[in-house]
Amino acid sequence: MNAPSHDTETVMELSVHAADFPILARPVHGKRLVYLDNGATTQKPQAVIDAEAAYYSESNANIHRGVHWLSQHSTDLYDRGRERVRRFLNAAQVEEIVFTRGTTEAINLVAASWGRSQLKAGDEILLSGMEHHSNIVPWQMVAEQRGAVIKVVPVTDSGELDMAAFAAMLNERTRFVGVCHVSNALGTVNPVEEIVRQAHSVGAVVLLDGAQAVAHQKVDVQALNCDICVFSGHKLYGPTGIGALYGRRELLDAMPPWQGGGDMIHTVSFERSTYAPTPQKFEAGTPNIAGVVGLEAAIAYVQEIGLERIAAHEDSLLQYAVQKLAAIPGLRFIGEAADRAAIASFVISGIHPHDLGTILDMEGVAIRAGHHCAMPLMTRYGVPGTARASFALYNSRDDVDVLVAALHKARRLFGLEDQSA
Amino acid sequence: MTGFGDLRELYQEVIFDHNRRPRNFHALEDATHRADGHNPLCGDQLTVYARVEDGVVQDISFIGHGCAISTASASLMTEAVKGKPVEEVEALFHDMHAMLTESHPDRDFGKLEVLSGVREFPARVKCATLAWHTLHNAITQAQEIAKTE
Repeated sequence: MNAPSHDTETVMELSVHAADFPILARPVHGKRLVYLDNGATTQKPQAVIDAEAAYYSESNANIHRGVHWLSQHSTDLYDRGRERVRRFLNAAQVEEIVFTRGTTEAINLVAASWGRSQLKAGDEILLSGMEHHSNIVPWQMVAEQRGAVIKVVPVTDSGELDMAAFAAMLNERTRFVGVCHVSNALGTVNPVEEIVRQAHSVGAVVLLDGAQAVAHQKVDVQALNCDICVFSGHKLYGPTGIGALYGRRELLDAMPPWQGGGDMIHTVSFERSTYAPTPQKFEAGTPNIAGVVGLEAAIAYVQEIGLERIAAHEDSLLQYAVQKLAAIPGLRFIGEAADRAAIASFVISGIHPHDLGTILDMEGVAIRAGHHCAMPLMTRYGVPGTARASFALYNSRDDVDVLVAALHKARRLFGLEDQSA
Repeated sequence: MTGFGDLRELYQEVIFDHNRRPRNFHALEDATHRADGHNPLCGDQLTVYARVEDGVVQDISFIGHGCAISTASASLMTEAVKGKPVEEVEALFHDMHAMLTESHPDRDFGKLEVLSGVREFPARVKCATLAWHTLHNAITQAQEIAKTE
């Protein structure tokens, strides 16, 4: 939560872009929709909806297949999407970008391909204590197969990674470090450059889960020097079912395919098949071409507004929200890291997060209530779950005011505040 | 008191009362039956204990944590079934399930009627049914932990 680099009033004007998102105009329970569940998925601008529709209306054909014009046209659009993702992450080569269904599939790809081929008994996989289940369970599956051991980097009371513990846990057996760039449950922005630097000093491969980062700040994989970075399109104003994996070229070249099928082969005979080079060898079958087109439009949309402006807007909004929320009696933040992005996670004494979720919903306010697919983290803080408000470029201070008023209403309903107030 | 609209259908005073002061909220040392219930979606977790003698639920209790709806439902359930024959408890379980998920059966639910508003909140139905599934598992001696997901 850095200080806004732009004049606050100018920055707040970003919420005029709410008009780009048709769904925000629909009422919920007769109230204006205040959508604060952006950590789960973001809404889609008209430009993305139009791009997907236009693809099916005007450009649909299978890629890398026919000699006909439409197939080549579709292939060009698909390749353009990959180049857009390359520039978005500042990868050195377009071959370093693999399309997947999303973050979860991308991590499963790495675990199944790199993990199964590289990990041996006794090797150590280091995961942060604030990982999403998608960066825990695939590693448990491969660890069990290979006899590798999972170690967990502890999280401090304020929601930061215990970097001293991390440094002490690194050793010559550490083969892999998996860490979220931004925590989906706490909002913590992790010091990933430092994590990469230290992990590389023992020769470990580092995977950054960028799912919660890429929509909120510029992610430059060369500057971060990470080995793998993964993200989902749908948390970046793009369609569901499409995401991408960045992998360092030498790493991807050395990794075996994980799914077999069409499009990932060089030659096939019943005796033996040879595989296409990266990235095709990781993209078996007809991919989500329309999803790539939608993702390309989403990235173009974000780039047009500018990630720096988006980050400044969301920082300003988060500061405002934290200040307003902190004034609610009995409210406790879960996650108060010095560096946070676009997420406020909290509990209110005397009201279960699920009850909060229902009451807010009746006010038109959509938040996430629950364990955020981070059960070990909830256990760490001794809570069954939290209420989470997560912000996007279209949110405004007015949205925060509606949220805060709805929380007061919940307290009144539960008899925790004077009902005439 | 006004301004809460449909929320009052779900959150009636009786629900708040049982959420704040759950009845029979303790472990039962001489229980003959017990089962654990878990709703992985929201993290609600409870254990239901029952002492069944001569085909009658002589005593019943629960422990655990959950939202207001699941806690109140469990608390109200313990009051409703204590002293009742197992067959009656099973019939009530089926009627409650129908009341919370389908349509209102033609019977008098007494105090349990306050839970009927849950049906209009599909996302919360499983909060209300968790305790009942768990009790059903406990008294039918099902081995696995009750899940409403």
